[in-house]
Amino acid sequence: MKALVWHGKEDIRCDTVTDPEIQDPRDAIIKVTSCAICGSDLHLFHNFIPGMLPGDIMGHETMGEVVEVGSGVDGKLQKGDRIVVPFTIICGECDQCKRGNFSVCETTNRKRHLADKVFGHTTAGLFGYTHLTGGYPGGQAEYLRVPYADATHIKVPAGIPDEQLLFLSDIFPTGWQAAVQCDIEPTDTVAIWGCGPVGQMAIRSALLLGANQVIAIDCLPERLSMAEAGGATTINFETESVLERLQELTDGKGPEKCIDCVGMESHVMASLPDTLLDRAKQMVMAESDRPHVLREMIYVCRPGGIISVAGVYSGLSDMLPMGAFMNKGLTMRTGQTHVNRWTDDLLRRIEDGEIDPSFVITHTVPLEQGPEMYQVFRDKRDSCVKVVLKP
Amino acid sequence: MFHFSNIVRTKGDPKIVQGGPSLKQPADQLARALGWFSIGLGVVEFLAPRRVTETLGMEGHETLVRAFGVREILAGIMSLSVEKNAGLWARVGGDGLDAAALLSGLTPDNPKNGNIALALLMVGGIAMLDYRAAQDTKPRRPPRDARRKLYPNRSGFPKGIESVRTAARQIAAHAGQNEVKQGDERRVP
Ligand SMILES: NC(=O)c1ccc[n+]([C@@H]2O[C@H](COP(=O)([O-])OP(=O)(O)OC[C@H]3O[C@@H](n4cnc5c(N)ncnc54)[C@H](O)[C@@H]3O)[C@@H](O)[C@H]2O)c1
Ligand SMILES: [Zn+2]
Ligand SMILES: [Zn+2]
Repeated sequence: MKALVWHGKEDIRCDTVTDPEIQDPRDAIIKVTSCAICGSDLHLFHNFIPGMLPGDIMGHETMGEVVEVGSGVDGKLQKGDRIVVPFTIICGECDQCKRGNFSVCETTNRKRHLADKVFGHTTAGLFGYTHLTGGYPGGQAEYLRVPYADATHIKVPAGIPDEQLLFLSDIFPTGWQAAVQCDIEPTDTVAIWGCGPVGQMAIRSALLLGANQVIAIDCLPERLSMAEAGGATTINFETESVLERLQELTDGKGPEKCIDCVGMESHVMASLPDTLLDRAKQMVMAESDRPHVLREMIYVCRPGGIISVAGVYSGLSDMLPMGAFMNKGLTMRTGQTHVNRWTDDLLRRIEDGEIDPSFVITHTVPLEQGPEMYQVFRDKRDSCVKVVLKP
Repeated sequence: MFHFSNIVRTKGDPKIVQGGPSLKQPADQLARALGWFSIGLGVVEFLAPRRVTETLGMEGHETLVRAFGVREILAGIMSLSVEKNAGLWARVGGDGLDAAALLSGLTPDNPKNGNIALALLMVGGIAMLDYRAAQDTKPRRPPRDARRKLYPNRSGFPKGIESVRTAARQIAAHAGQNEVKQGDERRVP
């Protein structure tokens, strides 16, 4: 089959690889009908998250049709079922899964000795996302083996196009969880950093959850226009002062709730000297992340407020203002998304026509063009926001 | 065909049968080569500055050579990173500094003038490669004033934004939470 394979920094190729096989009775294999490129994939494209090996198949936003099931799937899935595959592989039985903390499932990381060492404890296995999380082949391919398939799936009905359902795999629940973690109250202003696909979903989620005002921050006009279309007031951090505008929009009090949808690769700009320093340190491996957004959020958040972090951080971040964080009595909530905790509700909202997540798609191309699209998405060329690949 | 990466595959996982094309351009390879060259030269300059000054008949300038070594190493690391273009331009600038330093050593009484001339020739050649690689690896991010498609109609709410706001307000009222205050109302765009 064809698959997008990681060969090194900025080197993803569409290779021919052997088809996946059932390895365990709880496996299923799907024929992929749609998959997408995520902002998280860019961190891997840049080799900023250690643990990729040449030959790894990329991709963790995938859906398709079940073509083979192992003997242990136990009737939970049948050949011909249409499923969206959550990016977190879950067993459904461990302590964490029982609590709905799916992204920290204790069972599914098949290389948990690595994660135990690096993070102190293992987290869930993830598709196409480094050997720290199991080194599972990803779904930017024609076929995908789904481990623990009896639990790791979201069944979706026929009659709704792939484009509306695909993002149940990751970015929609991710934006949603980021907003839920804010405990939004009807008087709240929610400020959201980053208007990439995750930020766009967070904006819509914050509105659906009843925020009074949503403010979205980015520097790309096309993404800001999409944020505005979704009901946000926007700030362009290249041309405006984020601090001043946020103060203005909140009567000098600061937003009650702040969401980071940027992560470890915050934009580097001469007018933001901390980002230059972070970038330099990152290059000589003295720091793994560029946490400019975390710093800014802690500084502007209203005392007593909540900071919700959806953006991915990989290792060590320097110079976080813990003084402000502690004295202002802020709460920080984080995490890879517990996808299946939210998807029943979100699927219902899609079916009811409350939201249609396909608004974010700007490019749909055949899988073979995937390698080019990594570059287009990374460089923000052609007003690209979200790329869907069709195997 | 043999693919090295297949050795580390977990048993049963897909293996590469036939590699597809790489999008890496010759300029990327050149940038890589220059990056490693920069680091190599930098290490020599930093660790053995005396060897360098002796060869050039410029004894006494060891500190300068050391500093140039550090510069080479940093530019090299940058040329190997995602920001390779900035690294390569830094190298072009560095080549200028190298040339200036060498020229200052070209004095009538320097017995090693021949070596300096040779070194200048080398710097010139490398500078051309640096310049070439920097030109060919320009970042492809569109400039800030480039024309862009905007997406003012992509709300994502098939029933319209107002219906979302109304629904949210109703839910809030139902849940008996604090009602939306008059004062906050005005901020709803
Ligand atoms: N927690 C999870 O489970 C989860 C799931 C999916 C993605 N993510 C992470 O979410 C983040 C965003 O993903 P995406 O797909 O939207 O990526 P993206 O790269 O398309 O979007 C990031 C956006 O942030 C903007 N940005 C950069 N610096 C900024 C700054 N200082 N202030 C404001 N905006 C800034 C960029 O212009 C860009 O539009 C990534 O880190 C990704 O890894 C997390
Ligand atoms: Zn993702
Ligand atoms: Zn589990």
